Amino acid sequence: MGRAPVPAAVAAYGRSMRDQRLPTSPDFWRSPLRGTWFTSVLGLVLLAGITVLFVTGLLSYAAYNPDLSPVNDQTPDKGLLGFYLFSWPTRPAWLYRLNQGVHVTLGITLIPVLLAKLWSVVPKLFTLPPARSLAHALERISLLLLVGGGLFEFVTGVLNIQLDYVFPGSFYPLHFYGAWVFFAAFVAHAVLKLPAALRNVRGLREERGELHAPRPDPPTVSRRGALGLVGGGSLLLFGTTVGHSFDGVARQTAVLAPHGGSEPGSGPNGFQINKTAAYARIDPAETAADAWRLVLTGRTGTLRLSRADLARLPLYSSALPIACVEGWSTSNQWWRGVRLRDLAALVGHDRPTDVYVESLQRHGAFRHAALRANQVGDERSLLALYVNGEDLDPDHGFPARVIVPAAPGVLNTKWVARLTFGDLR
Amino acid sequence: MKRRIPAGSRLRAMQRRIPVGSPLQILLLACSFALAGYAAVRLLAGDWLGVTLWFVGAALLHDLVLLPLYSAADRALVRGCAAVGRRERLLYVRVPAALSLLLLLIWAPLITGAVDRSYRLAAGQSTDGYLARWLLMTALLFAGSAAVLALRLRRAAKHRPPAAH
Repeated sequence: MGRAPVPAAVAAYGRSMRDQRLPTSPDFWRSPLRGTWFTSVLGLVLLAGITVLFVTGLLSYAAYNPDLSPVNDQTPDKGLLGFYLFSWPTRPAWLYRLNQGVHVTLGITLIPVLLAKLWSVVPKLFTLPPARSLAHALERISLLLLVGGGLFEFVTGVLNIQLDYVFPGSFYPLHFYGAWVFFAAFVAHAVLKLPAALRNVRGLREERGELHAPRPDPPTVSRRGALGLVGGGSLLLFGTTVGHSFDGVARQTAVLAPHGGSEPGSGPNGFQINKTAAYARIDPAETAADAWRLVLTGRTGTLRLSRADLARLPLYSSALPIACVEGWSTSNQWWRGVRLRDLAALVGHDRPTDVYVESLQRHGAFRHAALRANQVGDERSLLALYVNGEDLDPDHGFPARVIVPAAPGVLNTKWVARLTFGDLR
Repeated sequence: MKRRIPAGSRLRAMQRRIPVGSPLQILLLACSFALAGYAAVRLLAGDWLGVTLWFVGAALLHDLVLLPLYSAADRALVRGCAAVGRRERLLYVRVPAALSLLLLLIWAPLITGAVDRSYRLAAGQSTDGYLARWLLMTALLFAGSAAVLALRLRRAAKHRPPAAH
């Protein structure tokens, strides 16, 4: 990194580059804040934070059980990128809630750090000559993947949780494949820069590298002050987002986050809704007592049960949360209904098996969903008829909905019309 | 790099000018590109042009538009404070303004109400409160900043020797 003094022979060439009106000139960049220590501190925070984002992202992907059935799989051509997939467990019940809360809240919290890091290294974007060596040229191409990929991931994530689907395609493949492109560049960057970053932060060597402004303006804030602003921004975002994973007063503190602030309603069915009955175009006529029948199919044939028939079966209670891929979640709701494994037994599956769930929902992803045998077999997995002591209301899936511990919200199918038990693989 | 260079001084000069660099670094980056390429083929399987535009556009928009814009705004603020002879009070405007704009940058779809229809349909809630809450947050940030400034000024006035008047 340390540069030898510029030999006199290249000084003339250097002068022509040093037109300070151009960003290619080091003199163009005047902030006295830029420097290796500042960049290294931010880089190390991002190294830890983005690693957690990547791992929680991969776990969230596994939580959908994409290898179980095509309906769960938004990325059928994943190939080797699904190498680590495993049967998503049902314990602890708050597993997905925690995973996704960390993924989204941490992602939001890291935005100021990301912006500050990019600000601190922006002079390097304009450095001339474009490449000092083949290795350096490749590194700069890799940086495009790093910066473009990082921003792509953060932007698609932030837009998706606000339901602003303006990006070019479905969120799942964009965010998932984009994450791998980004991560490939991220690992290379970390390997190349980590030793220097650690050296810089420990202060073993005061390097005056290319990030330092050669002719800085007078400082308006110290480096520690600037880091304080970045940290303050992160703290503000954390404080106004983390409440979306809790209820009541805590949710009120998530003043700008989606599903923050107030609950959509009051009473037993007043908790957060992912998709309303209006969105799913559920016609009240088809959920009426004389119209709606649950179609159960299994080894011994098909049964058609009314809601009253279901209510006469043994009913059980489970206290389980709703946790959305978008990061928000509710605390435990008190669900009551028929165990999925009891329904499986009604159609001849005494040992837990997979189930294919179909909803009355007309359009949208995940109106059909598959659950694995371990999810069907869990005693807390229900086809719920009641929540918090009352009938489900239409927005929460009346006449009946699936609720499975630790599963992503969209796999807890609402307005269930048909359950087909049997091996899906 | 002891490879025999074919005769021709131009080629030799070029090789001198563009050295290969660390082979380990090249190997590492080649591995990184292989993985990125494997994922990129899948990322671009749908609307490849749109995705490419978003990918590259995100970097360009940030580096060439957003960053220069906020840098210019900050420089204008510094100059403004200097012009009115209140350079030491810069911080008390800069911090709340930066935090407020950060909130707007992230939550713009909700604050502007651009997603009101889909949010109402999906979550069963309106986005009406978001603009008001952002304005309230902004007001709180500036009020907090003003309170800190007032406190510091009072403390400074108390500790100032009488001769300074």
